[in-house]
Amino acid sequence: MIDVNDLHKSYGKNEVLKGVNVNINRGEVVVVIGPSGSGKSTFLRCLNLLEVPTSGTILVDNQDITSKKVNIDKVREKMGMVFQQFNLFPHKTVYQNIVHAPMRVKGTKQQEAKVLAEELLKKVGLSEKIQAFPSSLSGGQLQRIAIARALAMKPEVMLFDEPTSALDPEMVGEVLAVMKDLAREGMTMVVVTHEMGFAKEVGDRILFMDQGKIMEENNPKEFFEHPKHPRTIDFLSKVL
Amino acid sequence: MNFSFLGQYSSFYLTGAYITIALAVIAVVLGTILGVALTLLRRTRFKPLKLLGDIYVEFIRGTPLLAQIYIIYIGVPIIFSGSDIPDFAVGAIALSLNAAAYISETIRSGIDAVSIGQMEAARSLGMTQRQTMFDIILPQAFKNILPALGNQFIGSIKDSSIVSIIGVAELMYKSTIVRGNTALGLEPILVASLGYLIMTFTLAQLLGVVERRLKTSDRR
Ligand SMILES: Nc1ncnc2c1ncn2[C@@H]1O[C@H](COP(=O)(O)OP(=O)(O)O)[C@@H](O)[C@H]1O
Ligand SMILES: [Mg+2]
Repeated sequence: MIDVNDLHKSYGKNEVLKGVNVNINRGEVVVVIGPSGSGKSTFLRCLNLLEVPTSGTILVDNQDITSKKVNIDKVREKMGMVFQQFNLFPHKTVYQNIVHAPMRVKGTKQQEAKVLAEELLKKVGLSEKIQAFPSSLSGGQLQRIAIARALAMKPEVMLFDEPTSALDPEMVGEVLAVMKDLAREGMTMVVVTHEMGFAKEVGDRILFMDQGKIMEENNPKEFFEHPKHPRTIDFLSKVL
Repeated sequence: MNFSFLGQYSSFYLTGAYITIALAVIAVVLGTILGVALTLLRRTRFKPLKLLGDIYVEFIRGTPLLAQIYIIYIGVPIIFSGSDIPDFAVGAIALSLNAAAYISETIRSGIDAVSIGQMEAARSLGMTQRQTMFDIILPQAFKNILPALGNQFIGSIKDSSIVSIIGVAELMYKSTIVRGNTALGLEPILVASLGYLIMTFTLAQLLGVVERRLKTSDRR
């Protein structure tokens, strides 16, 4: 459903993405790993145009979203994003965080929104926090709400940028559990993470990024058992 | 020192104080609305509009309020020839236009203080730039700048004294009249000053309370 062709991105003279080619199929969980600064976030953020590519095309459902004619807000409706820093709206309750975009953007009615919020909170195991403000929640809870918020738009694909990197170790599990559920339900997911266990267990395909390129990609078994590229081997020796 | 005139003139002063407060309230309310508009204008990608906004703010901040008041006082009747705008309205407009520039600067820094992640989260949900600005960024920015807006209010109370020169019967103007009527040099001004002090001090205390409230609500 997402087809990335020769994607380049530069900040001034600094070329961060040097020709990335990826296909992401519906229902697939693609895990992106690689050293910090290799362009993983930039790649992910290009997919929903939070970063504007310097060149290349990104087809989402066969529509090139880098084209000026495309209404990017419409495209973003079907692409949920979860950030390292959660980015919940601090002036809104958990309930408002979840229903705001569906009501405002899609015109979802109050009644329907309420059912939706309750459903999603149940899914992430935080039903009792519906009237809480973000400032009263732990990191793990915030991230689960952030996932619920993104899901409220009923996206076709979910983008995760290091969703557990800002969490205390004891909270990582609860967030990964929600993501595993999501994968099991068949959600298309692109996940940037340092959680190798998650990558092995949940990933359908691993992309190894280094220096702005995808150096190697494979299914998890092959990737972790028989890495080919020297940089992959080097990276894996450091993180495993 | 002779303050015996107070018995006769206290309600005279009081009406002046009311007008002072009215001017300051209008300046802050209208100034905030205009200030938001000005801030949005300065954030557009359309360069000429942005430039216009920038020039406006620079002009207001770089010229004396007194000059601005004269420009409006003399200029408006020329542009809208024949129209008779009451002095109070001219004063209120001048103070509002002046406050708008300062408030716009405040709002700008308030917006900058809202993390970029908030904007990204909203946009990633499919919200438009406008929706993001009004639903997500500005409400948070206003919480950041409420103390500064309060200070603007205090500033506007003091600034409003300058519109006495075009005959708006606010507190300062009243004290000038009292001076003329009583032939006292200093005392009527001291009374007016005390009036300003009471207004600004009370307001500062109220602001302190509001700020503490906001801080605690943050920790909910
Ligand atoms: N907004 C930006 N402006 C300039 N340089 C940036 C910006 N965002 C990222 N970069 C640079 O791009 C490179 C890749 O960053 P990033 O995609 O965040 O890597 P990763 O997520 O793999 O750690 C880094 O060298 C970073 O400094
Ligand atoms: Mg990153």
